[in-house]
Amino acid sequence: MNIIVCAKQVVDVSEIKVDSSTKKPILAGVPQKISDIDKNALEEAIKIKEKHGGKITVVTVGPSDAKERIKELLAMGADEGVLVVPPQNADYSVVSNILAGAIKKIGGYNIVLCGEASIDMFSGQMGPRVAGLLNIPQITYAQHISVEKDKVVSERNLGDKAVTIESPYPVLIAVTKEINQPRLPSLMQILASSSKPIHEWSANDVASGKLEPKIKTVDIKGVPMARKNVIFKDDLDQSVNQLVDELAKVGVLR
Amino acid sequence: MVLVYSDDKKLTLELLNKGKELAKELNKKVIAVCIGHDSFAKEYLEHGADSVIAAETDLHDFKAEEYASILEKIVKENNNEVVLIGSNKNGKELAGRLAAKLDTGCVTDCINVHVKDKKIVTERVVYSGNAIAVEQFTSHPQIMTIPPKAFDPLPKKEGHKGEVVKKKFDFEKSPSKITKVQAMKTEGVSVEDAEIIVSCGRGFKNKDDIKLVRELADVLKGRTVGCSRPIAADLKWLSEDHWIGLSGHKVKPKLYIACGISGQIQHIAGMRDSGVVVAINKDPEALIFKSADYGIVGDLYQVIPKLTSAIKEKMG
Repeated sequence: MNIIVCAKQVVDVSEIKVDSSTKKPILAGVPQKISDIDKNALEEAIKIKEKHGGKITVVTVGPSDAKERIKELLAMGADEGVLVVPPQNADYSVVSNILAGAIKKIGGYNIVLCGEASIDMFSGQMGPRVAGLLNIPQITYAQHISVEKDKVVSERNLGDKAVTIESPYPVLIAVTKEINQPRLPSLMQILASSSKPIHEWSANDVASGKLEPKIKTVDIKGVPMARKNVIFKDDLDQSVNQLVDELAKVGVLR
Repeated sequence: MVLVYSDDKKLTLELLNKGKELAKELNKKVIAVCIGHDSFAKEYLEHGADSVIAAETDLHDFKAEEYASILEKIVKENNNEVVLIGSNKNGKELAGRLAAKLDTGCVTDCINVHVKDKKIVTERVVYSGNAIAVEQFTSHPQIMTIPPKAFDPLPKKEGHKGEVVKKKFDFEKSPSKITKVQAMKTEGVSVEDAEIIVSCGRGFKNKDDIKLVRELADVLKGRTVGCSRPIAADLKWLSEDHWIGLSGHKVKPKLYIACGISGQIQHIAGMRDSGVVVAINKDPEALIFKSADYGIVGDLYQVIPKLTSAIKEKMG
């Protein structure tokens, strides 16, 4: 089984602070990491490889410092890495074209794996876009994957129902966070990963003529959060009574 | 033309309201699309659609590859400039694939869409609820997905008529096959529709203790219990229909009571639109207090029973 995993470098959203006057997020200096759900995708790829053999290539479209993040993925168990630096103001269309171009260039794949969405922007359109560009079937929200010789069987979590779907290869599968628990690499693996190759390709090489963004971001604005923040700290009985009185006053106890 | 599609009827009616508003400002008409049937055509016309296209197919199940191919044909044939798709799980994977096929831009989960200088401006929540991205299209058609309850449906215009076009489309078939559809384990809870929600998180020590939350929900006549991610996804003390958060359900009740929930941004993203928010947590530094109107710092095992009886008394 040859598997390609798409992994994105993102800001660690749990470390984002908000500027108290503008209410805008402060992104400068926030640590970067691989988007959590993309790690679930890699973990699933490693499990498949352990059982069926093959090769795992990770592709990242991101800034040149994302190379450090790719090393972590190689330590986890990927065999090779590919990094493509996108042009400025790249949107989903541009990035998906670069990913699809890189995947075609790698070639010979059975499964493309990615997370259902990245934890920073959470749009969820990258998997379906790449599958559309490659003209292959897509299985999204996968919570279980079982690989057979001529087909993959996967269970999708649609919230109210679980749908089992079979697909021939090649196929793109976007996984949920619940599918597995990504492993932590051992020290030996971290040391061994330094000999694994990371290829750096240019965006023009893999997706020439498809690098024009279709969306422009006009502003990243703060979220108005007008909460009263009244905390009752007195004696518990008194606090409870004050709270109930307030709730009655604002009319939510009817 | 503005095109509106969702496999969920209620969501389609909500999109029609926004579609109608955009169409008016852009001087265009609104088309609603049904795939595989035309049973809702009359209702769509009565709720704002100028016409309905019913794609006749023999498909029994939704597959994004096939539905995207049908919509691609419809959009090209009708020269649609704006496409609104309901942002449920099917809708989102459909929109992404359709955008790739049409080589165009797509904005998912728009909480706001408006027209400024004859151009569409979208807003969506990013960075786990810490910011709103304001975006504009530089391409056509402009595809947007809109989550449930972002907009209300238009009032029904009894007897409003319009054309219903039934048509077969030659679309791309998917080699994949759906072999089983199983109802997920649920307890029949619809947190999205609840007016009052009492929610529980990691502050609870045992599964049995969740009855404290149920008792409080009962006296509030809300009867709806929600929870944060660990309770549904990791501990599985409650089924996933209770789960409120970025990957769970997004809710907007008039009263939300968070008990023993620390207030991770992923959870806040699911409940930030609530009317009044109450937080109960023993940690005075818990993030949830920043997103709450009222808070009690204390042990939930003491606070909840007292609150339950105080509310019972107050409401008679």
